[in-house]
Amino acid sequence: MMLVVAQGPVIPQFERASSCVRENKQFCFDWVVDNFGRVFAPRLVEHIELTLLAVGIGFVFAFGAALLAYSLDWFETPFAIFAAFLYTIPSLAFFQLMVPITGLSRTSAEIALVSYTILILFRNTLTGLREVPEDARMAARAMGLTKGQILRRVELPLALPAIMAGIRIATVTTISLATVAAFIGVGGLGQPIFNAIQSGFKTQFVAAGILAVGLALVADALLVFLQRLLAPWLRAERA
Amino acid sequence: MNSSESAQAPGPLAIDPHQTGDDSESTGVSRAAAELAFHGATKVYAGRRTPAVSELTLEVAAGEICVLIGPSGSGKTTAMQMVNRLIPMTSGEITIDGSDTKSLDETELRRGIGYVFQQIGLFPHMTTEDNIATVPRLLGWSKDRIRARARELLELVGLDPDEDLRRYPGEFSGGQRQRIGVARAMAADQPLMLMDEPFGALDPITRDRLQDDFLRLHEELPKTVVFVTHDIDEAIKMGHRIAILRDGELVQYDTPDRILAEPANEFVADFVGADRGLKRLRVWRLGDLELDPAPGDGTAGLTAREDMSLRDALSIMLVEGKERLTVLDAEDRPKGAIALDDITRLIGPQSRTVQT
Repeated sequence: MMLVVAQGPVIPQFERASSCVRENKQFCFDWVVDNFGRVFAPRLVEHIELTLLAVGIGFVFAFGAALLAYSLDWFETPFAIFAAFLYTIPSLAFFQLMVPITGLSRTSAEIALVSYTILILFRNTLTGLREVPEDARMAARAMGLTKGQILRRVELPLALPAIMAGIRIATVTTISLATVAAFIGVGGLGQPIFNAIQSGFKTQFVAAGILAVGLALVADALLVFLQRLLAPWLRAERA
Repeated sequence: MNSSESAQAPGPLAIDPHQTGDDSESTGVSRAAAELAFHGATKVYAGRRTPAVSELTLEVAAGEICVLIGPSGSGKTTAMQMVNRLIPMTSGEITIDGSDTKSLDETELRRGIGYVFQQIGLFPHMTTEDNIATVPRLLGWSKDRIRARARELLELVGLDPDEDLRRYPGEFSGGQRQRIGVARAMAADQPLMLMDEPFGALDPITRDRLQDDFLRLHEELPKTVVFVTHDIDEAIKMGHRIAILRDGELVQYDTPDRILAEPANEFVADFVGADRGLKRLRVWRLGDLELDPAPGDGTAGLTAREDMSLRDALSIMLVEGKERLTVLDAEDRPKGAIALDDITRLIGPQSRTVQT
């Protein structure tokens, strides 16, 4: 490693670069601006795709499992253990483990990413459903709502804040983990980071990191906004 | 307005039969007020040897408020919840307008019965309007009809439709929430209402006001009501008839006045309290008595309106140290007079009871 660094960074278009780039300073804003469309934009789009797909598929699985556990008590413990097991696998190992099975593909990356979302989404959905006030459930039953109607009209809406909290954590976690997915060559913001680690070009490394953090913050803010739209009663109560 | 008048001349909320045709079919329960009857209704909980409710047989006439009362564990709530099958009966039969509650689908049965309980159970994620609209929507009412109904009901329970329909339950006080709870239970014009200690969690002043308002509302819309409470004063105030339960058995079923005047046994006498004589005075209004002729000097002495309770009248006479009191009608014209002796005779050994 020391040797690699000693050889000096492999910086793209080194001859034509600014002094900041030539001296490989911590962060060269002009380089990022000049190269954003080429180096970062496609990776950012890939990163968003990886995340959306992972959280989307993870939510479908976890939601289904939570509904099942809500009506069948015995299902909760085995599924929770399974989800916790997936969650504990080190991410780098998980991606590498999938390669012999599904290759250096997006599928491999998604299987690992989805696995990490399931524990949180499952737990939060189930807790949300269980914490629906008993009096609301009782009133619904006494008014002649069927089980399905109680679930759709009362329990799920009231579990929404807990479900949304789960989606927020899962999204931010996935955005962070998806940078590691570049290890098996599926792109995303991890790609420029890995490249920069190899080349030693600091600006690219820092810029990709900032973008990943920024993406996580923006995604979280959007989800908070979405929750406000979907759960207007929470604001009314606080007022 | 008495109940026979209101049956002929519908109040603003009585829905005309042409409009409700579809709905009465879908709920399977007729509109107006329903007649409710328990026939040997029994509930034995799994793992218990003694029944929670044992062979309960009683009838509630259409438009009457029947109060179920007893100490905790007496089976009053169980008895009530067997009506809409929140608790399944072990044996016996409950009929609404003559038809067996078991002949209906559980959810259909419940949609035709209003339900109010102490915890209120408003849906916190729904506006007042959506809460009230719950059952009408299940019954497939049109949007316009639901909106009009919600407005009417909210006004009837003393809230402001313009402001309050769009608000969420979290924005209201306990008393206001229970008003909405009552409105929701009447939304589909259910002919029968079950009320499980509906005012039990409210402070005394709010409770008193809601009791008064509910009685006024009931006069306007005489539904059949089963009302569970453990508070004897509430039972006397709210009930046309009171069923006293003990260990799942019906001990006495009678008008408040008769229960106070002639408790069936020592348990009832204890339960209604040693001050039952004074409690009776609250049941009687001055206008219920045969009055002596009004005195010549008109309203010169002590006076009181005819709708005053005997209890209050007695208190005034004792406080003022007067033996006679002139009774005035609603327009403050002298109607007659009573003497302190009349009151003591009334609750004394040779008492008679109010006919209600």
